[in-house]
Amino acid sequence: MTADWLDIGWLDQIPVRGARTVPVAGGEEIAVFRTGDNQVFALVNRCPHKGGPLSQGIVHGHSVACPLHNWSIALKSGIAQGEDKGCTPTVPVKVVSGRVLICRAGALAAA
Amino acid sequence: MELSGSEPSGEEAGGGPLPPCGREHLVVVGNGMAGCRAIEELLARDPERYRITIFGAEPHVNYNRIMLSPVLAGEKSFEEIILNGHDWYRDNRIALVAGDAVVSIDRQARAVFAASGRTVCYDRLLIATGSDPFIIPCPGHDLDGVISFRDMGDVDRMLAAADTGGDAVVIGGGLLGLEAAHGLSLRGMKVTVLHLMPTLMERQLDEAAGWLLKTALEARGQTILTGADTAEILGDGKVEGVRLKDGRMIPASIVVMAVGIRPNTRLAREAGLAIGRGIHVDDHMVTSDPAIFAVGECVEHDGQVYGLVAPLFEMCRALADGLVEKHSGYRGSVTSTKLKVAGLDVFSAGDFSGGDGAEDIVLRDASRGVYKRVVVRDDRIVGTVLYGDTGDGGWYFDLLKRRENVSELRDLLIFGQAFASGGGAADPKAAVAALSDDAEICGCNGVSKGQVVSCIAKGARSLDAVRATCKASASCGSCTGLVENLLALTLGDDVQAGPKTMCKCTSFGHDDVRREIVAQDMRSIPEVMQRLHWSTPDGCSSCRPALNYYLLCALPGDYADDVQSRFVNERMHANIQKDGTYSVVPRMWGGITNPRELRAIADVVEKYDAPMVKVTGGQRLDIFGIRKEDLPAVWADLNAAGMVSGHAYGKSLRTVKTCVGSEWCRFGTQDSTGLGVKIERMTWGSWMPHKFKIAVSGCPRNCAEATIKDFGVVCVDSGYELSVGGNGGIHVRATDFLCKVATEVEAMHYCAAFVQLYREEARYLERTAPWIERVGVEYIRERIADDAEGRDAFAARFLHSQSFSQEDPWAERAASHVQHAHMAEFHPAKNLTDGEIA
Repeated sequence: MTADWLDIGWLDQIPVRGARTVPVAGGEEIAVFRTGDNQVFALVNRCPHKGGPLSQGIVHGHSVACPLHNWSIALKSGIAQGEDKGCTPTVPVKVVSGRVLICRAGALAAA
Repeated sequence: MELSGSEPSGEEAGGGPLPPCGREHLVVVGNGMAGCRAIEELLARDPERYRITIFGAEPHVNYNRIMLSPVLAGEKSFEEIILNGHDWYRDNRIALVAGDAVVSIDRQARAVFAASGRTVCYDRLLIATGSDPFIIPCPGHDLDGVISFRDMGDVDRMLAAADTGGDAVVIGGGLLGLEAAHGLSLRGMKVTVLHLMPTLMERQLDEAAGWLLKTALEARGQTILTGADTAEILGDGKVEGVRLKDGRMIPASIVVMAVGIRPNTRLAREAGLAIGRGIHVDDHMVTSDPAIFAVGECVEHDGQVYGLVAPLFEMCRALADGLVEKHSGYRGSVTSTKLKVAGLDVFSAGDFSGGDGAEDIVLRDASRGVYKRVVVRDDRIVGTVLYGDTGDGGWYFDLLKRRENVSELRDLLIFGQAFASGGGAADPKAAVAALSDDAEICGCNGVSKGQVVSCIAKGARSLDAVRATCKASASCGSCTGLVENLLALTLGDDVQAGPKTMCKCTSFGHDDVRREIVAQDMRSIPEVMQRLHWSTPDGCSSCRPALNYYLLCALPGDYADDVQSRFVNERMHANIQKDGTYSVVPRMWGGITNPRELRAIADVVEKYDAPMVKVTGGQRLDIFGIRKEDLPAVWADLNAAGMVSGHAYGKSLRTVKTCVGSEWCRFGTQDSTGLGVKIERMTWGSWMPHKFKIAVSGCPRNCAEATIKDFGVVCVDSGYELSVGGNGGIHVRATDFLCKVATEVEAMHYCAAFVQLYREEARYLERTAPWIERVGVEYIRERIADDAEGRDAFAARFLHSQSFSQEDPWAERAASHVQHAHMAEFHPAKNLTDGEIA
């Protein structure tokens, strides 16, 4: 049996307004974001537009701008903002005592 | 040790009579705010129901712990913060055992044991042990002079240290740490605050308010170091200083540790009660043992632990209701915080993290140092952060807690209660119409309503025109809304839209923002956002990179680049491709290379399995398909062969393209390759509003295509023809002729001056071609060709700036043992799919 929540590291390893990625064996990479107000979100590291790596975008408020074509993706829902249409799968994530935990089942399902 | 019948003696009971027998005995462990408040609530409901004994570890009566800060600051005495004196215990027949800590609980015998050996039996037990300060277990944490900030004893120790003056270090820039720092500073100590996070009080404040707070504290003489990680407390038996992980040393005769608190659960844990982060309680504050209750900071309710006073009061009400069997239940608390530092008003409440469906209403008033932010979701306030003017904190908090629908108040909400719900007109335009002619509209420039209206009547038909003529709204912009309403009121539909603003976060255009950055000597992105009234908490992907560039340009060598405000390519020092891999272009000065460089490139291509190498339009080699994680190794390999970053990714000098010139070519008139190399050596590494390309052709045949570059040199027999503003992009544009010079040195000097003019005056993401079409080539000639003094100054500023920017970003990153954070992956101990060690 393995735990439902996977401990992936310390919160302070993610730069404020930045992201880190988590490799998923046989699946898609997950991007874990930390916002200016220290909230944490996890999404599949893929823009719904052309598959750009969202982890490399500029994080502003609770959105990230995709580095390829500047689509703005809401971190909480994964939904493209404004006129753009599309959605990136999200993964449940939480922070406990400074450690970042992502939901194993969520990560595998999303990937 | 006697188990039964050992009653507290009358002495500890404050001289009062013994509690009457024959009733259930309620024993309270903890004489602090929670324990005593619970008893107050109980007595208010049924003063006769229980016989009460209170144990306190401190030798004091019940005092107000949150007022320790004013005691430290000398604003209050201990006597003034006593909540319940000896007479309260006596009048309510409560036995107080002060200065004797309870050390264990025997749940079977229903007895508690104190340090002195005293044993007291209970029918009901209330644990209110609060929390303990968290001490960072760094070397030296146990030295004499390391003090926490939790009780009166700590305050006494700090006051004793302050008597001798000297340096104090406070570790922790949260509520408690800042209050300690303020107190010590007022007591005459030289205080340095070390805070691990980038902004102060990051759990209660957003970045903007945190920046204002830091600035205000610094103005009061404190040194605030953010991002400061303590490595060690130094000293021989007694504190002498603190060493940070980055090597900095700070002298100190005392160190106050205020990094956080932990629920004090030791007694409960040893007694076998259910514990999480705190003692588990249900809605009636009952622990896993029905005879034992717990309230305050030591408990965990519904997964939450609270470190503030308001939840404690709510818990005590629920507890007292349960104790008299009128169960109401505790449902968790929404909390607010207020910093108790005289003259600094900071308030925050609820969830101000924003997010989906959340609307930010932001008001910034730079001249008064005010920042107000209210977060609304589904027409209800969910959080607020106030700085400088916290008068409406209580009102917002009340609306928040009552989940009041604020849709009616929405437009005026941010102006506060008086405006929004008082007699103020509900229509902002009507409110402006009602103002008298001499009412001040713009506080910064002292412009009245009458002056604005007359300037509109004289032909100013846009916000920008008003700003340009009467200066209203031209400084901080906080009156922009008023001016817009005056325009609408006076002109109706004839108002002209102003020039484009920088982005939706501000009412200012690029030029206004740049001018104000320089005029007001702004030094950071949060400062610009505050002073210029940004309407979003931390900007967007349009304004952040622009502000970062403007500050970098205004403050060479001084401004700390904000990596998170860079586009991916400038952060990764490589070009992202559509599949998420990167392409890498090493610099080849003037397009000249040699066998060693070519071998190194070939080796990199093979070693990292790069699928393609291409010669670029700027005469460089581009290696495609490099994986993100391989970038540092690729840089290290290229560095080893003497190559540096080609900045092919940046809003910066890209390449200087050359033809072979007089050294080889039978038509060449000058050494175009030599000059190209020199120009590239001078200009590389400079950040610009947009990418910038240079070329040097050896004769008018112009094989280097210098006339479609941002700066082009065409060599002729008699010297060098300089031209500017060319572009080979979507709209091909040939350069405009600037002037002709006689020597290489002059060509380089004019180039430096032109680049700096572009750096200082073009808007972010504006290439030289549209910039020159906007300002006219005549303007460029006046500034660069005709004005020798100005030209020298521009060139000098450019070279000064370059003295800070010519560090190879690849070498810096490849050599660093710290992994470039953006490249880093998390490596979980277990693999996601199979649970094995990865």
